[in-house]
Amino acid sequence: MSGFDISVILDALPLLAKGLGLSLGLTAIAMIGGLALGLVIAIVRLSRFRVLALLAALYVNGFRAVPLILVIFWFYFLVPLLLGRPVGALYSVLIAFVMFEGAYYSEIIRAGLKSVRPGQWQAAQASGMTYLQAVRLVVLPQALRKMAPLMVTQGVVLFQDTSLVYVVSLHDFMTSASIVANTQNRIVELYVFAALVYLALCTAGGTLAQRLSSDRQRAH
Amino acid sequence: MNDMVEMIRIEGLSKSYGDVAVLRNCSLDVARGEVVVICGPSGSGKSTFVKCINGIEPVQAGRIAIDGENLPSKPAAAARVRARVGMVFQHFELYPHLTVLENVCLAQIHVLKRSRDEAQEKARSLLRRVGLADKEASYPAQLSGGQQQRIAIVRALAMDPVAMLFDEPTSALDPEMIGEVLAVMLELAREGMTMVVVTHKMGFAKAAADRVVFMDQGEIVEVAETARFFAEPASERARLFLSRILTH
Repeated sequence: MSGFDISVILDALPLLAKGLGLSLGLTAIAMIGGLALGLVIAIVRLSRFRVLALLAALYVNGFRAVPLILVIFWFYFLVPLLLGRPVGALYSVLIAFVMFEGAYYSEIIRAGLKSVRPGQWQAAQASGMTYLQAVRLVVLPQALRKMAPLMVTQGVVLFQDTSLVYVVSLHDFMTSASIVANTQNRIVELYVFAALVYLALCTAGGTLAQRLSSDRQRAH
Repeated sequence: MNDMVEMIRIEGLSKSYGDVAVLRNCSLDVARGEVVVICGPSGSGKSTFVKCINGIEPVQAGRIAIDGENLPSKPAAAARVRARVGMVFQHFELYPHLTVLENVCLAQIHVLKRSRDEAQEKARSLLRRVGLADKEASYPAQLSGGQQQRIAIVRALAMDPVAMLFDEPTSALDPEMIGEVLAVMLELAREGMTMVVVTHKMGFAKAAADRVVFMDQGEIVEVAETARFFAEPASERARLFLSRILTH
């Protein structure tokens, strides 16, 4: 091993880009799916349907009590069993991420909904709106503004967590970098490059979160 | 519609948080076009009482009827009855993410299913009436407390309510803004709106109320015609309360 050889990174770029594509794609789908699922769970938890609210709470606390890597494993082995046919690592991972993120996003959304003053609920109700109308038209729009920074932050964490898919032999960005590093025996180059890419993307996410949160302060 | 029916009929309302009773067996009838002022020391349950009238505060016992129609205990069914009663809150509760015009139109469009044009026309004519036509594009945070409360009144009126409830509408206002809000309320009263008003503004009560309800410790202690209430309150508790608030 002599010097810092950039060419090994350039040669590996197609493979690394493919890995990054998987990481970003997984992040995007898990965020969108997780937000949708989290929204439903949060609304159910805050509703007056006691049994459903309890089930939703169990779901959230259950998923938050186990590490993501375990959830990935479970779904890898469980989903084919439940469906009775193999689904492939990618689909099982997608389902695992969406369900896991749903638990986390539901907590962010629930806190956001609860942070809206009770008087706003009362005003909406007093005007004859139903519970769901009050959520959709009055409470959620206000809550979303407050939650946006936290959601982006969670997205950054999620992006980093996509590296865990190596356990089911998927090649995300980190795994791809690792493969090249080992096969080419260029560990320093690849791991420095990987760190720089993570640093750049996560810093961008962090900056966005910060800007959203200062926007919010200015709006009040 | 039947003129013999009371506009608001409240029978045996009771509510408690755990062991603490906040309302004890409260009953009150409000006639069509009548203005009733509810007063009493803080913690007497008057705010809770007025919020129970349209069911946004649940009760453990009691019955409420609006314009002859029972307020159902099921929330979804109650929404329809609630839409017919306007409510004005101490802290205005305008929707901060919407403009003034959108605030006034929101429930018209989504609850009454009015078209956007129809709702906006209604909103603009009411905003003109309270002198705030030029504020329709503003957000609540850009307005003074007095302006916000007048818009909150407009928002409620836009639903063509059969009655209006006011929960301490001037308590959160700076003194110089109280007058403009009371003026709007006084005008409403003169136009024959049925109103239930929780307030400490005894001047408003004297000017606009047909009857005064005095509450203390979750009970309706006294209901009297306005002139009589101020001249010779029947209960010792009301006498004490009046002597305290009228001295300043």
